[in-house]
Amino acid sequence: MPPVPYTAAEAIDREFLACRERLVSLAAALDRIQRGQGSADGNTRWEQLRRAVDLLASRDGDRAERMQMHFSLLYDPRWQIADPS
Amino acid sequence: MSFIDPHIHVASRTSDDLATMARMGCVAVAEPAFWMGYDRSGVNSFHDYFRQLTEWEPKRCANFGIAHHAWMGVNAKEAENVGFAREVIAELPAFLKRPNVLGIGEIGLHKGTPNEVATLEALVDLALSSGEQMLFHTPHLEDKYKGTRMILDLLAGEPRVDPSRVCIDHCEEHTIRLALDAGCWAGITLYPTTKATPDRAVDMIERFGPERVMVNSSADWGPSNPLAVPDFIVAMRRRGHSAALVRRVVHDNPLEFMRASRNFRFTPPDES
Repeated sequence: MPPVPYTAAEAIDREFLACRERLVSLAAALDRIQRGQGSADGNTRWEQLRRAVDLLASRDGDRAERMQMHFSLLYDPRWQIADPS
Repeated sequence: MSFIDPHIHVASRTSDDLATMARMGCVAVAEPAFWMGYDRSGVNSFHDYFRQLTEWEPKRCANFGIAHHAWMGVNAKEAENVGFAREVIAELPAFLKRPNVLGIGEIGLHKGTPNEVATLEALVDLALSSGEQMLFHTPHLEDKYKGTRMILDLLAGEPRVDPSRVCIDHCEEHTIRLALDAGCWAGITLYPTTKATPDRAVDMIERFGPERVMVNSSADWGPSNPLAVPDFIVAMRRRGHSAALVRRVVHDNPLEFMRASRNFRFTPPDES
């Protein structure tokens, strides 16, 4: 791929406020869940969200693609076989 | 800038939407047959819907200078009843001959059940036996990766498939490479909440390039935006991408894909 027509500094300037807003909204949503009566611990979707936040904080690239895979069902390449066992 | 929206459900939109799209530069649209938000009660309901897509909506769009095209098919959400789906499929050949029809679509999988797969195989067979292009719907959310892989597995097992005449639609970051590596076209749907946003679509163009990639609004009766393609144009410009690259994605690519349909006769205003 040819290089993108902008610098990293320009991208930060353009994205900073939007990222900030999304992160604060995400933090508030997680707080809201924890404020609810009872406990979210053990809820599989809560655990899935917590692992997604860990993924977001990683320094590797392709975060969007890895985030999508994190929220995807497993694919079995033997699905066309009637009894894959 | 002139643009083509290669996937929009005009039947669910108002004439005001069409007027605004025309003012924003829309010169052509393609409307796949889809689920109308409720399961239809009989074959005649499908028959009338296919008539709407091939008779009424072309006229309504023409009032605004927009060329309307359609895809004929049975959507995945109504594919579970295989017997009923086969009755609807029997209606399709007559409509495939109509002058605005591009091929079989949108077909695909929803939950990927054996019955959905059986209906999909019948639709693919009809497309291949009649030389039609195909437009594939891929599932939503957590089902998307698995469903996209299953659709591509089905196509890979069918030697008559020409992937250059197939579009895998609703691609996202984790599925676009699958479609492109298979030699198919990749559609990116711009939605307010699910699927992709204009900025994420630009990210995908930056990562995977513009070849065989199209963007669409897929605007329908749910939360969606018939001006999503112009929003993508703005997002591309905002990052400094050239007008030629933008035009390729929103105009030249869909034109190239649609031109491979045997019924396609449209000439863009700036080529006439």
